[in-house]
This record gives sequence, structure tokens and C-alpha cells, in this order.
Amino acid sequence: MTENGSSVNVPPRIALDRGDNDVWHLQLAGEWTLAQSETLSTIDRSLPAGFGDSAARGKTIRVGGEIDALDSAGALRLARIVDGMEQGGAAVDLEALPQSQRNVIELLKGRLPPPKTPRPPREGVLAGIGRVTVAKFTEGNAFLAFIGELVVRGGKLIAFPWRIRWREVVAEIEAAGLRALGIVGLLSFLVGMVMAYQAGATLADFGANILIVNLVAIITLREMGPLLTAIIVAGRTGSSYTAQLGTMRITEEIDALRSIGISPFDMLILPKIIALMVVLPLLTVFANLLGLLGGAVVAAYRFEVSFAVYFDRLPEVVDLTTLMLGLIKTPVFAIAIALIGCMQGMRVAGSALAVGRATTVSVVQATFLVIVLDAGFSVLFNLMGY
Amino acid sequence: MIELDGVHFSRGAQVIFDGVDMHFGRGEVTVVLGPSGTGKTTLLRLIGGQVRPASGRVMVDGIEVARARRKALYALRRRMGVLFQNGALFTDLTVGENVAFPLRAHSRLDEALIRRIVLFKLEAVGLRSARDKYPAALSGGMARRAALARAMALDPEIMLYDEPFAGQDPVSMGVLLRLIRRLNDALGLTSIVVTHDVKEAMSIADRVIVIAGGRVIGQGTPEEVRAQREQEPALAQFLDGAADGPLNAAEDESPLSADLGLGGGQ
Ligand SMILES: Nc1ncnc2c1ncn2[C@@H]1O[C@H](COP(=O)(O)OP(=O)(O)OP(=O)(O)O)[C@@H](O)[C@H]1O
Ligand SMILES: [Mg+2]
Repeated sequence: MTENGSSVNVPPRIALDRGDNDVWHLQLAGEWTLAQSETLSTIDRSLPAGFGDSAARGKTIRVGGEIDALDSAGALRLARIVDGMEQGGAAVDLEALPQSQRNVIELLKGRLPPPKTPRPPREGVLAGIGRVTVAKFTEGNAFLAFIGELVVRGGKLIAFPWRIRWREVVAEIEAAGLRALGIVGLLSFLVGMVMAYQAGATLADFGANILIVNLVAIITLREMGPLLTAIIVAGRTGSSYTAQLGTMRITEEIDALRSIGISPFDMLILPKIIALMVVLPLLTVFANLLGLLGGAVVAAYRFEVSFAVYFDRLPEVVDLTTLMLGLIKTPVFAIAIALIGCMQGMRVAGSALAVGRATTVSVVQATFLVIVLDAGFSVLFNLMGY
Repeated sequence: MIELDGVHFSRGAQVIFDGVDMHFGRGEVTVVLGPSGTGKTTLLRLIGGQVRPASGRVMVDGIEVARARRKALYALRRRMGVLFQNGALFTDLTVGENVAFPLRAHSRLDEALIRRIVLFKLEAVGLRSARDKYPAALSGGMARRAALARAMALDPEIMLYDEPFAGQDPVSMGVLLRLIRRLNDALGLTSIVVTHDVKEAMSIADRVIVIAGGRVIGQGTPEEVRAQREQEPALAQFLDGAADGPLNAAEDESPLSADLGLGGGQ
């Protein structure tokens, strides 16, 4: 909005000429621009003190002079000064200014709030705690509502399994299971190796190398396999559920589905939950295998426990119960991951930014819940004597 | 066919409908006009049962939408075709698959027949050659027409169009206008067209409803609505597209600089 492009850096000036009759002159000069904001912010000090009070009542103030440049920052400042004079009871006459400058000021004046708007009081600690509590409570409620819907809708579909959208289920199984094999396998193998190293370093001092098998096998089957797989899946698949549903909400695809007469729950959410309940146990078995293999490699090449000895001893230290104690947790993890992923996705509203935020929340919550559930299972199994 | 009785609806503190009555007749093309942000899309959502009114009733063919059981609601929605403001095509499906989607979901037609129907619908909107493209590869106007083809796929009884003309060149706009009218008459549909294009929309409308500021400011045949402009300055302003009038006054209640964040004194 600069009037003339050349910037010569002339600070803005303002001067009031009080004639002895009823017409006063306000002379403006210089650049009323953002670049001069420092001078602009204090410019009303060059006006007589108390100006804008009753002193100017009934007077006519002619605004004139040569403004070299005027942009929105300058116009706002000027409009505020004009506002002040008008509130003081003066009639302000802008006729002498060029049309374009007058238009900008006319647009702004009368629409500015009083210079000092009180800040909203800062939230107290108690109020903050209250707000967060209510927010968390609502979040928890939404999760419960989601579980409720799952039970009601899913329960009905168990009675009529042919109504489940198996084509979607298969597609989800492929995405969540088949394509995750690589990463789950690699990471489990590495963690198996790491465990064997750590166990071996201590056990070798006692000449008890063979016990590496016990340690690696039990920890892998009972904890490491299920937990690691669940966390990888939460980060990889749970977040993709959130991103997918969130994006579909923003592009109105979810609404479009409804308008076609298809429930997004049946079409999108239930297949994901079913798929993950199938996939997670299978992935865990795979992770167990590679974890054991990783342990075997380190045991063989570093701690003189050959493959033959390792795999001979394996059935003696773990049995089917050990395997099952690990696997039985995985469908529960699967439900938690899928539910959180879908719920966060369906709650997205607004913009693409919200999708990113929801995805982060989804991963954090899912990981958190998986670990909490795992701890719960440990306590439970312990009480049951396993 | 569609009836709104004293409908109130608000989003947070913002009141969007303040007790409106509307009537959309069977077999008619009703055009809904109104400034941006008055709740035209919200109106379609109320009719589709995606949001519920705080009070009042929305009746579609004798069924109260907000009270309908889930099954009845989905059955009702199947009888409505909706053209969303953004198109809302499924981005992971091609145009052809998008149009085929409702057919596959709700019928047991064989593939050959589905293919024929899809081609026929795409032909109607002039997009036959784009059937293998993905939505991301379409222009805005093309996407809208593709979405229209999908909305028509199940031969609905009620068609809701949310700004079908936005982003259309004059030729395809003319085609769309004629298409909406022809579909309506040939298939005996009930159509609701939400739009900003006053003149064009009035030319195909049986009835016009103008909403602004949470209420209906004009309702009737295009002639009747034009005649009502005398009593209602807001209506006159909207129909003439004048920059000054009661419509912007409402928007500018809060001081400009409060929104600019310049409230504090320097
Ligand atoms: N999800 C939402 N949350 C909060 N407010 C919303 C939401 N959706 C819409 N609104 C508000 O409701 C009002 C009506 O929105 P609506 O989309 O119905 O307007 P519209 O008449 O369709 O406008 P346009 O012509 O620009 O599409 C707007 O002021 C908008 O800010
Ligand atoms: Mg809209």
C-alpha cells in the first residue's frame, strides 16, 4: 500500500497548529510505514498533552500535509489518532489528503477498539488442572464409547459373519502383516542378538554359557516378541490408520461413504480391528522365531554354544505354555492399537494439521496402552502362578 | 418431500439456524442461495442426518431424520445422492472405480453391467475418457463432475448438490445446468442445488430459498423471490451482488483491529 515506492527513510512527523479560531490544522509529513514503526509508536507524544479531551471539543480539525508513504501500519496509527480526536468531540476533515490515503483511513476509523483492551485474566493453576482433567475425562469417555460401539456392532456381525467385509479384511491383513514382516523380523533378530550378548557376557564368567538359551528363549517368548511387535505395529500400522481415517474425514470421504449408505464403521474400522487381531499373533510368532535365531547366532559365534546344542536345549527350557503366555496377550494389544488408531482418526476435524497431530497422539497413546496392558498381564500371570 | 420445521442448530456459540422452516417439493428443483458461511452445507448435512438439530424437525419423505434408527437412516441415505462441495472422491480409487463403488456396495450386478452403467454415467458428465485417472490427476471442475457421476450411480430419488458450478467453465456449467434439470424431469427426482451463481441457478429453479443470518429471507418461485426484494434489503443486496448492505454489516460487528491482534495500546 506504499504510496511512492522510493524509500528515503524520512521519519513520520505530526504537528498541530492551533489557530485562534475554530479551525485547527494537523500537519502530517514523512513516511507512515511499517519501517518507521519505532517512531510511529510514540508519535502522539508530539501532540499537545491531553489532546483528544475536551480541549478540542467543537473544533474542526483539518488534516493535511504531505505524507510520503502510507501503508497499513501507518494508516492504523493515523486512524487511531483521528478516532481519539473525534471521541474528544472534534470534527475531523480529511479532505486535504489524497483520495487513496483518505480511503484507507476511512476504512479503519471508527472500527478500532479503545487503545487499552484488558488482557483476559491468566488461567490459574487450579483452573488449568480442572481443564486438563475434563479433557482427559472426555478422551477416556470417547474411548469407552468407541469400545461400546465395537461391542454392539461387532457383536452383531459375529452372528452374521458373512456381512463382514472380508475383502477389506484381507487387504488390511496384507498391509499390516505381510508388509511388516521385514521390519519386525529384522528388529527382532537384532534384539535377540543384543540379549544374547548381554546374557553371555555375564554367564560366561561363570562358565554357564549354556544358560544363554534359557534367558533368551524365555524373555523372547514371554515378553520381547509380543511387546516389540506390538510397539512396531503401533508405530507403523496404528499411525497409518489414524492418518488414513483423518485424511478421509478432511476430504469428506467419510461423509461420502455415509451418503452412499455405507457405515464407515463396517467398511473401515471393523476390518482393521479384525485384521490386526489376526496379524499381530502371527507377526509375534515370526518375531519369536527370528529373535531366537538372533540369539542362536551370537551364542554360536561368540559363546561357543553351537546351533545344534542351542536348538536341542530349546524344548527343554520352554514349552508350549511359555509360547502361549506371550501370544495370548497379542489380540488384546491388537484391539488397543486398532481402536486408538481409528478413534484418533475419526476425531480429526479441521485441517491437514490436525491429521499430523492426531497421528502423533495415536502413536503415543497406543504405545503407552500396550506397555500398561503388558504390565497388567505380568501381574495377572504372576498371581495365577505362571 | 423434505420439510424443515422450526429447526435450530448451532456450532458452539455460533447460531447457524435460528428456527427455520423450509419446504422442498417432490419433483422440483429447489435452489438454495445464501452468503458464504451461512450454513448451506450445514443444511445439506441436516437433511442427510450427519448432524442433528438442537430442536425442530427435519422430515424426509415422512421420516424424521434425527430420530431414524440406524438402519432406516442408511436406507434413507441410499435414496439420496450427495455431491459434496470438495467432490470427496475416494482418492485411492480411479474415477471409474469411484462411480462403480456404490453399485458394488449395494447391488449384486455383474461386472459387465457395472462397467456399462459406469460408462453411461461418466458419459453424461462428459468424463468418459477420464475413467482410468485417479482423482489427484483431475482438475477441480473435472473432480466435481466425477463426483456428480458417482452421486448419480444408484439412481437416487433425491439429489443434493453442494455448489456444483464452482470451478466450471461456461460450457461445462451450461452442460451441468441442463443435466440437473433433465435428470430431475426425466427421473422425477427431487433436487436441491446449493450455489452462489444466482442468475444461472434461478434459470433452472422451480423454487428458490435464500438464507442469511440464520433465517430464511426469501422463499418461493424465482419470480416471487425477485418480488420480495422490496421488503427485504438483504435479499435485494444478495440478488444484485451489491457490495454494501445489511449482509456485510452483520459480519463486521467486531472491530477489525481486534481480529488483527492490534488491540493493545502502543
Ligand atoms: N465442523 C465445524 N465446527 C465448527 N464450526 C463449523 C464447522 N463446520 C462449519 N462450521 C461453521 O458453520 C457455519 C456454516 O458453515 P457451512 O459450511 O454450512 O457454510 P456454507 O453456507 O456452506 O458456506 P460456503 O458457501 O462458503 O460453503 C460457518 O460459519 C462455519 O464457520
Ligand atoms: Mg458450503
